[in-house]
Amino acid sequence: MSAPVAPRTLEVFMALAYAMEREAVERYTEFADAMQAHNNREVAEMFRTMAQYESKHAEQIMAEMGWKQAPAPPAEGFGWPGQEAPETVPIDEVHYLMQPWHALQLALVAEQRAEEFFGKLAQATTSESVRRAALELQAEEHEHVALVRAWLAKVPVPDEDWAADPDPPRYLD
Amino acid sequence: MNDVETPVAVMTAAHYKSATKPIWCPGCGDFTVLSAITRALAMLQLPPHEVAVVSGIGCSSRIPAYTTCYGFHGVHGRALAAGTGLKVARPDLTVLVTGGDGDGYSIGGNHFMHACRRNVDLTYIVMDNHVYGMTKGQASPTTEPDWDNKLSPGGTGIRSFHPLVIALASGASFVARAFSGDPNGMAEIIAQGMRHPGFAFIEVLSPCVTFRPEQREWKHQVHPAPVAPTDDAARAARRIMTDDGFNIGVLYAGGRTPYPAHPRTATRTVAELEEEFAA
Amino acid sequence: MHALGTIDRQTGAGPAPAGAGRGATAGTSVSVAIAGSGGSGVMTAGTMLLDAAARAGLYGLMVRTSGPQIRGGEAAALLRLARRPVDALDDAFDLLLAMDWGNVNRFADEIPLRATSVVIGDADEGAAPDVFAASGARCLALPLKKMAKAIAGSWTNMLALGLAGGLAGIPVLALEAALRDSWKRADAGLQANLAALRAGFAEAAGLAATATMARLDAGAAASGRRWLISGNEAAGFGAIRGGIRFVAAYPITPATELLEWMAPALAKVGGTLLQAEDELASANMIIGASYGGVPSLTATAGPGLALMTEAIGLAVSAEVPIVVVDVMRGGPSTGIPAKSEQSDLSFAVSGLHGDAPRLVLAPTSIADCVATTQWAVQLAEALQAPAIVLSDQFMGQSRAIIDRPVDSGFAAARLTAAADTPDYKRYRNTESGISPMAIPGTPGVVYTADGLEHTEAGIPSSQARDHGLQLDKRERKLARYDYGRWWADIEGEGTAAVITFGSVTGTVREAVARAAALGFDVKLIALRLLAPAQPERLAEALNGVTRVLVVEQNHGAQLYRYLRAMYDLPGRPASFHRPGPLPLRPAELTDAIVEWHRARSPEKETA
Repeated sequence: MSAPVAPRTLEVFMALAYAMEREAVERYTEFADAMQAHNNREVAEMFRTMAQYESKHAEQIMAEMGWKQAPAPPAEGFGWPGQEAPETVPIDEVHYLMQPWHALQLALVAEQRAEEFFGKLAQATTSESVRRAALELQAEEHEHVALVRAWLAKVPVPDEDWAADPDPPRYLD
Repeated sequence: MNDVETPVAVMTAAHYKSATKPIWCPGCGDFTVLSAITRALAMLQLPPHEVAVVSGIGCSSRIPAYTTCYGFHGVHGRALAAGTGLKVARPDLTVLVTGGDGDGYSIGGNHFMHACRRNVDLTYIVMDNHVYGMTKGQASPTTEPDWDNKLSPGGTGIRSFHPLVIALASGASFVARAFSGDPNGMAEIIAQGMRHPGFAFIEVLSPCVTFRPEQREWKHQVHPAPVAPTDDAARAARRIMTDDGFNIGVLYAGGRTPYPAHPRTATRTVAELEEEFAA
Repeated sequence: MHALGTIDRQTGAGPAPAGAGRGATAGTSVSVAIAGSGGSGVMTAGTMLLDAAARAGLYGLMVRTSGPQIRGGEAAALLRLARRPVDALDDAFDLLLAMDWGNVNRFADEIPLRATSVVIGDADEGAAPDVFAASGARCLALPLKKMAKAIAGSWTNMLALGLAGGLAGIPVLALEAALRDSWKRADAGLQANLAALRAGFAEAAGLAATATMARLDAGAAASGRRWLISGNEAAGFGAIRGGIRFVAAYPITPATELLEWMAPALAKVGGTLLQAEDELASANMIIGASYGGVPSLTATAGPGLALMTEAIGLAVSAEVPIVVVDVMRGGPSTGIPAKSEQSDLSFAVSGLHGDAPRLVLAPTSIADCVATTQWAVQLAEALQAPAIVLSDQFMGQSRAIIDRPVDSGFAAARLTAAADTPDYKRYRNTESGISPMAIPGTPGVVYTADGLEHTEAGIPSSQARDHGLQLDKRERKLARYDYGRWWADIEGEGTAAVITFGSVTGTVREAVARAAALGFDVKLIALRLLAPAQPERLAEALNGVTRVLVVEQNHGAQLYRYLRAMYDLPGRPASFHRPGPLPLRPAELTDAIVEWHRARSPEKETA
């Protein structure tokens, strides 16, 4: 990823972190709903759990900062390296037949991206408080990565033909 | 039914999403288009009941019911006509027209051209996936000529439609392209289009994971437009003729007077209209 | 033309049947045809003649006919003037005044003559064509053009106006006033043409050869407020009276004048007319505007109506009120654009895919175009459904002198949802079938309208329960509504009844009167509401009636078949039907009624 634009103050940095979590919550919720609509209950529940985790992280940030309301995004934007926040799984990475293992792989990559992002940001910033906070969050993301790996170890690896659906797509309108 | 909204001081994107969950295939680009629309509405802080989303037929035309705005899910290809009638009769409303490439460029092609000409203050968002998704994968006007499909084995062999060229040539005063993989950028462009006085056309590249899985490559092909938007139609025309189909951003934002609104003030009563018939 | 146990006529052309009873209207109307070609100003003269008649306290009707050319083609103004309202043309013309004979023989079918008729042509334009002379009418030749040339700066058609007006019995002052009021050019020209008019009028007085020609009876000028108006204008005005404030339309013959009249009229009352790119856009635009809460209308003809059907179905399913005026013309397909026919009925009452109940109405005269269109607006809005108004070219493009129509009071009054209605469901099943409609901009009752079948809440549904419920609702709301006495005009008494609709009503009414004068009593039922069918009301109207004759202007006996499908008709229903382009004539209908009346079962004969 390209070098991120470093926030100047701790406030802005934490607002960025908060926004990352919230975006992840929304995306995981979207996935959960879509999976539910497509009768993939196991993965739907998994995404919902992930959404809950991210939601808790977001609440933690609110509590730490003593915010009563969600912070407004900075006028100049967050300067994500990619098109969305690093912890957000891209919309096109899911499949209606995907299995828990796939979901966890996506989460793993997302947490890794977040970890890398905070690391780069810690190097890029000139503010000491921001640097410290970034390193803290990087460490947290590192823990999440480990958690996801542990979780992954417990789920079965999908067969080669996991995406095979004998039924063709249907007409609707 | 859409959510009953609770009055709030500041509306977030969530306020514009209804409780109805989309039936789109997981992975569909339209999910982020929906999010981007809700974010754009939040940027403008429009009360949902003062916004109407008008659509035709197709996967992307399902969008109205997924918002907490008034919705009109009409017939195939005629969303721009319905939206035009609504906006001209009710200029106080904000009217978004949404649909896909088949709905908008094939059966709706005529209305598309005339909507660009007429310049009614609408924002038209086309989710282009170069295919007819809802009816199982036929070529649409923007499909590449060599894409093999059941109705046209080996491909249609017909040059694909270039919507931005048509829009510009027909007089559209705001022409832009967005990409579903970039929801933030998309939200910005949509908000700009909504702010634009007159007809705003936004073509959104929105991959179809079910029928065009190869479109996952689009994320590697899109790139921000190399130059800033222009308000010079001739310059925009030169740019668009060499466009590679993946330039993201606002191409053209010109000044044209929007189509006049209704109602005009009454200057006569109905009874006075009779006078011309008096024998 | 095949028989359906019917009486039909192949054509209506040729001389009027000799034995045609002229009944109550004999001697009380005069029919004048003014013809010419290539810029002779036939229409202008005809319009002024009608205007003059109005000023003279008369009633009248003017029908126009012309060749296919945009300008300079052959044309004829066909007028009928009387001391009572005129809804139909007579069996023949008393006067044919032709400024020249260029292709005027093309109108021979439309200008039937009788032995007492007078034909006047220009001496320098040759003899009257055989087709006119063959009627036995008195043919005269006058140097019309020369006479006009003698008055510098005058036009032949103004001389013709004076001549025709004088022969018809219109006072010269009325003719002069008509010319003065319409004159838009320099005064010198006005004076010259007034002189020509007077010259023509004077000539008329001296024409002893026209003594046999029918003339208007002496009589008092009509009092009360009257209008000079076309059916298209009347429909447009009725629509505005009813509350229409948005029109989107695409021009098509013979509806275009309705739109042209409405455009400035709407703007005056705060409305808008938008010219759409095609009829598909027109229909969908008015649905969009109506969804937004503004009563909306479009006007078209058969081919345009065909394009609009998908949209009309959308209005049915999404329960959005719209009014579609179909000014019927010769069909099918491109057909005969400038001629009248009643052949869109079948299409209007059944031409939508799916089970799609809709309103179909038909004005019975030019005057009735006001109230029936106004009523259509009220019904569409009250029932949240599309209403098709079947006008036709005869009414639409003809002008008549009518009594000022009293405002029927029909007005748009849509049932709308109040803000923040708890548990609001757009398509809630109700006793009446009508559910309150949320208008965009109203908080707390947001919904998505849909052409897809839906639940009461408007969510798309393929469930049997929802489809059944909504189908019942959409049918019930139309079926249960109380349409009142306006649904048909029921006149007279008798065990025999004639049923008709639309512009043919005037002709039928006249024929019924003539038949009555000959001793054959017939009840007349002119239907104004064609869909939904009104079985109870018709049964009541047919109480005591043992036989019905259905009269209409189309080839497929569309009303006859529709009535037989939707209603129980007594005895063996008979049909008199003929397609356009020629109007039905009172004499042929009188003959048909008399013949039908006579052909009774033996029991009836002796009773």
